[in-house]
Amino acid sequence: MSALAPGFADPPLAAQACFRRLLEAMARPGTVVTLAPPPAPPPLAPAAGAVALTLCDADTPVWLDAALAVPAVLDWLRFHAGCRIVAAPEEAAFAFAADPAVPFDRFQVGSDEYPDRSATVVLQIDAFGAGAALRLEGPGIERAAGLHVRGLPSCFVAWRAANRALYPRGVDVVLVAGRALAALPRSTDVTEG
Amino acid sequence: MSLPAYSFAYLDEQTKRMIRRALLKAVAIPGYQVPFASREMPLAYGWGTGGMQVTAAVIGPDDVLKVIDQGADDTTNAVSIRRFFALTAGVRTTERTAEATIIQTRHRIPETPLAAGQILVYQVPQPEPLRKLEPRETETRRMHALAEYGLMHVKLYEDIARHGRITLSYDYPVLVNGRHVMAPSPIPSFDNPKMHRSPALQLFGAGREKRIYAVPPYTDVVSLAFEDHPFRPWKAEAACGLCGATETYLDEVVVDDRGGRLFVCSDTDYCAERRKAGHRGAAAGHALAAGEGG
Repeated sequence: MSALAPGFADPPLAAQACFRRLLEAMARPGTVVTLAPPPAPPPLAPAAGAVALTLCDADTPVWLDAALAVPAVLDWLRFHAGCRIVAAPEEAAFAFAADPAVPFDRFQVGSDEYPDRSATVVLQIDAFGAGAALRLEGPGIERAAGLHVRGLPSCFVAWRAANRALYPRGVDVVLVAGRALAALPRSTDVTEG
Repeated sequence: MSLPAYSFAYLDEQTKRMIRRALLKAVAIPGYQVPFASREMPLAYGWGTGGMQVTAAVIGPDDVLKVIDQGADDTTNAVSIRRFFALTAGVRTTERTAEATIIQTRHRIPETPLAAGQILVYQVPQPEPLRKLEPRETETRRMHALAEYGLMHVKLYEDIARHGRITLSYDYPVLVNGRHVMAPSPIPSFDNPKMHRSPALQLFGAGREKRIYAVPPYTDVVSLAFEDHPFRPWKAEAACGLCGATETYLDEVVVDDRGGRLFVCSDTDYCAERRKAGHRGAAAGHALAAGEGG
């Protein structure tokens, strides 16, 4: 058996630092923040690993797509986060995806009474600052914000419009590339350009 | 080697993760109350346990914490919460609004405008704005789900019918992001306009009622009203006796046993800074001023 990669060196302080940047990203969509992530096993992006160790535990079913559901990642998440790995996207509180074919329509969107009972999808992309331009509007943004992302699934903007129409239900998205992260809460209008 | 008796900022890590997940959902749905598994804190419900749990989940060693109670830094509740986090998180504390990265508040928003990057944490006794009108949680939850806020408008209308105006002067309901009616906590209605499109992140914690909610920066927060009865924030028609400010929210203080009264700024930091800058009110030099800002 290969050695397990370590998690956060100092969990309380590292998780706090990661959460604060995640909160900043969620409160100001379009803001790209850089984390101090743990050495997550590839192909799990370091920032995705940081989100998992900050937010996931035995209370949060986690779904991984086929690209990420490899033994090294599964063992690392089970050991350090203690989370249950589920096979169906419908059961997930947190979903991690690296493959562009993301089953967006299968994630929990919450109910009218409890819109918070919805999935948070952590999507691994190639890079920020290059590639397709997104225009963001909504809470947390003074007028409009721009975000450049490379490696976003081609159906993403169309799916976001459908997701936005469900408000206040909906899926919240966290984009990660390497150590960087940006968030697109359900309240954000995402258009091309 | 002896291990500390508790984790950084008092709460255990599993509790912090639970609160952090609730906070992120709260930010994603501005004004919606997210249920959370509120813990017992080492002080009674009603003393800011919700705000403290939010602060504990958010705070880090580099933060500078300010705590106010009705605008004052030097009251029992504010002093004990500030001391709690200095002890359990080792953070620097301040009484200056501009220096703080996190401000935990009971029932006021500071007069000094907040900046981007600052977090305002409200202590909330009753998070449900419809609770006085409808006691059943199942019903109020359904009303929020359907955005069915007619009952609240009827209450405001009845106020006008009976008194000629909307008589609410604190905990005045607001519509957040055009969707959810939210209780701003018992801040004076005077403070409501400060919530609208504030550059700061606003987080709300109700410990006894087990709810967390949030208003992200630059989010519309509109006080409910009618076209012919627009929202009017209330304040005493007076100037601060100590610093002479006319634009601040004032407390009326009884100063002797002969019925003597004085209006003073409720925001002690703002008032002290103004006096330091040379502003003087009609009662400047009053003994009240000596105990403040220290």
